[in-house]
Amino acid sequence: MKKIVLIGMPNTGKSTLLNRLTGAHAKVGNWPGLTVSLLSARLLVGDQMAQLIDLPGIYDLNGYSDDEQVVTTYLQTQKPDLILFMMNASQVDRQLNLLSQVTSQGIPVVMVMNMADEASALGITIKPEVLSQNLGLPMCLLSAKYGQGTAQLQKLMREGLKAQAPQALTPSKVEQAFQTGVMVPAQASHQLTERIDKVLLHPWLGLPIFFAMMLLLFEGVFAIGKPLQDGMSWLFASLRTEALEPLLSGLPAMAQGLLLDGLYNGISTVASFVPLIILFFLFLGIVEDTGYLSRAAFLMDALMSKFGMDGRSFVMLLMGFGCNVPALLGTRVIRSKGLRYLTMLTIPFSLCSARLQVFVLFIAAMFTTEQAPWVLFSLYLVSILMAMLTSVIFKKQYVNVDAFVLEIPPYRLPTLRQMVLKGWQEVRHFLSRTTRFIMLGVLLIWVLTNFPQGATAGSLETWAGQLSHWMAPLLQPLGINEQLTLALVFGFVAKEVVIGALAVIYGHEGQALIDAIVHNMDWVSAYSFMLFALIYTPCVSTIATIRNETKSWTFTALSVAWPLCVAWLISLTFYQTAMWIRLHA
Amino acid sequence: MIALDHFQVGDQGKITGIQAEIELRQRLAAMGLREGGVVQVLRKASMGGPIHVRVGTTEVIMRRIDAQRITVVPLLELMAAP
Repeated sequence: MKKIVLIGMPNTGKSTLLNRLTGAHAKVGNWPGLTVSLLSARLLVGDQMAQLIDLPGIYDLNGYSDDEQVVTTYLQTQKPDLILFMMNASQVDRQLNLLSQVTSQGIPVVMVMNMADEASALGITIKPEVLSQNLGLPMCLLSAKYGQGTAQLQKLMREGLKAQAPQALTPSKVEQAFQTGVMVPAQASHQLTERIDKVLLHPWLGLPIFFAMMLLLFEGVFAIGKPLQDGMSWLFASLRTEALEPLLSGLPAMAQGLLLDGLYNGISTVASFVPLIILFFLFLGIVEDTGYLSRAAFLMDALMSKFGMDGRSFVMLLMGFGCNVPALLGTRVIRSKGLRYLTMLTIPFSLCSARLQVFVLFIAAMFTTEQAPWVLFSLYLVSILMAMLTSVIFKKQYVNVDAFVLEIPPYRLPTLRQMVLKGWQEVRHFLSRTTRFIMLGVLLIWVLTNFPQGATAGSLETWAGQLSHWMAPLLQPLGINEQLTLALVFGFVAKEVVIGALAVIYGHEGQALIDAIVHNMDWVSAYSFMLFALIYTPCVSTIATIRNETKSWTFTALSVAWPLCVAWLISLTFYQTAMWIRLHA
Repeated sequence: MIALDHFQVGDQGKITGIQAEIELRQRLAAMGLREGGVVQVLRKASMGGPIHVRVGTTEVIMRRIDAQRITVVPLLELMAAP
């Protein structure tokens, strides 16, 4: 199959064009020798099937960034048959050097001048015939977002697949060609964007507006997402009680347990993330496609740069307070590997909604209504502090090599079609890459909490119970008893499972469970337990996501081990200090 | 001739030099910031944050530490020169 690649600077609309041409068929996949996944899809060009591949946006083919390496490696190893060179028609001047480099690859090139609508709104005149003739390259004007010009592009691709590689063009030749082919008025600026920026990037108002918008976004994702997630859980639970349990009732108890508590629970864990991921990318799509994300970077940079991160890291960290998994996926907007890894290392510290459920239960059991909000607030504070501390400690290891030089695009209206497609692609990617890992994790916990044979499931007699027993010397100084340790082992599957596990361990539910907790510990050990549960190892879905996004076991191991160590130290310090004060005061 | 980070909001100038290693030079050039280009400072973020500039039809934000490496001659000065 012939391969057609999209090459161009970031934000020239490559993925938009790919989605425009191929719709929902586009898939994110891995390529031999490449560290990143690429979006690609099959496309009928004339009478033959071709594969259209979206390469990462780059500034320079001789550049040093990770993305630039990916593109050069791809061109050398995969030898595509045609390059579609995407240009932003309203900013031609700065893309000429890249065009010159692209023509010297020995591969046929078709020039695609995208965002033709924006260029003409700026008063820029483009003469495609003149340009095409001057450069000796086929070209077309296009609006990938609204779909104008795609018929012409189809024709050019058909011809391009049969064409010879063009003559390599020198930068000066390219520049000459554009001098007569493109007229830019002396004063060309986006008036509306300027007016909006006066408010949104205002020296004092900018930050409050940013926080208000983030709050709205966050509320939006979880106000809509939580019921959907609950609905999904309900659906899976009903399916289990109504259909699967009667169906499997003939099987031995062990097999039932394996199928229902092991495999089926794994599947429903994965499924519960689907609505959240779709919604998150829908909302992130709004922030990104409108052009606000790079403005958020502008607003937050003064603060975040001190911690080795930038404003985009902050947006993802905030999203992590809802759920760590989509926030980790969202870090893909950060193209520098060092900065992205650093951000990914900090996100699991964000107090997600699953952990919140556990804390709400414990706080309600242990503290008065007046104390409760402050206790919860203190946990949020610890969460942010730990993220920042981690960033400061690891910023030397994960250095942000790319200079902080970002393009600020004009404000644009995102299209629903684009956002829905993006959300759908992300979900499919998440499902295909992480399901196996999450299932394995859930199965492992099932085995640990159900064996050896004869032991009461979820009790201290099981392997997990024995594990808790061995860990007692480590966790006793933290005020965490064996029952709680066992609950933490369960929490590895998903943090909210801790409550269910405690119900099993203490053999009570609801108010009786709260009474059992109150009976078994005081507020100091409860708070120590909450600190530990807040910080200790990320849940299995988070780990699966980290592993899939980085393709590195070392990094994944670090992202598990580091929070564990921090959790132990923080809880130990808290518990021992509190006990000392209690003894001496 | 002054460094870009010392420019006031609204000032325009012609870029005369960029003192940076090849990576940053490439990146800046790809954004349109190269010698001979005319750049205008649109705003500066509070608390020593990045500056927001326009060059041609492209708008770019960068940290002040990077802007420091770009030397500019104010357009007013250029016009005043004989």
